[in-house]
Amino acid sequence: MDYSHYWNPNIAAVPKSGIRKFFDIVQTMPGAISLGVGEPDFVTPYHIRNAAIDSLLDGETQYTSNWGKLSLRNEIAYYLQHRYSLTYDPQKEILVTVGASEGIDLALRALLNPGDEVLVPEPSYVSYRPGVVFAGGVPVPIKTDAARNFVLTPEELEASIGPRTKALILPYPNNPTGAVIGREALQKLRDVIVRHDLLVVSDEIYSELSYGEEDHVSIASLPEMWERTVYLNGFSKAFAMTGWRVGYLCAPAQLMDVIVKIHQYTIMCASTQGQVAAEEALRQGREDHYADVETMRRSYDHRRRLMFNAFREMGLSCFEPLGAFYVFPGIEKTGLSSEEFCEKLLRQKEVACVPGTAFGACGEGHIRCCYATALDKLDIALKRIADFVHAL
Amino acid sequence: MQNLQIELLQLLQQDCRMPLEKLAVMLGQPLETIAAMIEDMEKRGIILRYSPVINWDKTDRERVEAMIEVRVTPQRDEGFDAIAKRIYRFDEVKSVYLMSGAYDLLLLVEAHSLKELAYFVSTKLSVLETVTGTATHFVLKRYKSDGVIFEGDAQDKRLAVNP
Repeated sequence: MDYSHYWNPNIAAVPKSGIRKFFDIVQTMPGAISLGVGEPDFVTPYHIRNAAIDSLLDGETQYTSNWGKLSLRNEIAYYLQHRYSLTYDPQKEILVTVGASEGIDLALRALLNPGDEVLVPEPSYVSYRPGVVFAGGVPVPIKTDAARNFVLTPEELEASIGPRTKALILPYPNNPTGAVIGREALQKLRDVIVRHDLLVVSDEIYSELSYGEEDHVSIASLPEMWERTVYLNGFSKAFAMTGWRVGYLCAPAQLMDVIVKIHQYTIMCASTQGQVAAEEALRQGREDHYADVETMRRSYDHRRRLMFNAFREMGLSCFEPLGAFYVFPGIEKTGLSSEEFCEKLLRQKEVACVPGTAFGACGEGHIRCCYATALDKLDIALKRIADFVHAL
Repeated sequence: MQNLQIELLQLLQQDCRMPLEKLAVMLGQPLETIAAMIEDMEKRGIILRYSPVINWDKTDRERVEAMIEVRVTPQRDEGFDAIAKRIYRFDEVKSVYLMSGAYDLLLLVEAHSLKELAYFVSTKLSVLETVTGTATHFVLKRYKSDGVIFEGDAQDKRLAVNP
């Protein structure tokens, strides 16, 4: 049967994920080491898992409120206030979602009219562009580069704004580059955003994984920005809880009134045990100053230094990432494209990385390597990559 | 500085064979700083020894282990220290702890055979004049020691490539 008359051509035209091919090749190589993952190598801390088990044993198997458990929303409100100086009312400004990914979708669908433009700094996470298209909008990529630490500049932002521009997605700390954005840079962006009356969808899922001198700053904490920001975060990266699928979206109550409708009618609520686990993560964190997070962050930080140092020693350019758990070295000097480099490396040395182009065309010339992997494996992988690069 | 010291110790505890160069890179410090810190900690007795965690059950070596609770009469001026010293000098005794609760000292004792261990308890330990009682518990299986899990999978369950 020919379905092409049935499906929505806009959605059918969205390209398949660029990493699928690598996934398929790796599957056939049992000895391969993968630096292509996008999640922590820690298992969720035991006390968090245990809280979910207890809740199951207690028979907590029902729906929660559409908004998520109030006790969890209270914890989120406390956490955001104390960690990032963000004030949200747990009754009407915090929505528990199925990962921050759902939050991206909700925000875009609630905001966009057909043809509205959304600015997407790239390289960045693979879901933004398709998300904009699914919501009927038009994604407008803004190129960032290593020379400017992969940070969006106010000039480039301003140059990309047109009459249909409605919102900016702000993806920092960034996947895949590991770039972070500091207060000063945010303030400059704010001036442009306010002047052009834009909204910001700020994806801060990696906010806990910042390694620089400056603590993570949320754009929503800047003057005049709270009311213009849809704030996204979640538990996946900070608490090693990817598989639980729990995130949250925060926005001013008026905006939330619209956003929550989509969630209400399509999702009902995030999984109950995921919410229980998330609440335990924050409750314990409140008591022990987020010791779990700090232990993991420190371990990533050690491996981060090891990784970017190793790439520099190989003679490749490597911007020092100060966030997330990725390095994004430049491989232009090898003469290979990102995709060629990754495919050859995988076939010849059995190390999987992700080509930079999976995160936007401007990722060409780079590869993404995740350092959330056991130290002994990282050592072997780095050795193999060095052998590969030197033999070219 | 104190944090750095703890981070360094934690890395060494995970792998004390880690080369200095690598420790220095991972901690973001000059090599000389790390070398000096280690030397200093060795001198001050913070680092006592570099030894591997061994699962002896996977070797052919015959070996029995027991935890022994010991009740003793503390001595004037010396408290428990003198008797602890008399006990820890035995080669069979691998660890000695002073405990709160129903008994005073807890020993981890290792011997080649059950017979040898029984011999140690009956002829060396119990006969010490300040020892008023012992209770010996044989170790049947070691699941976790020094933070290392001895059995069970440490497999990476993640998908190989994801965004």
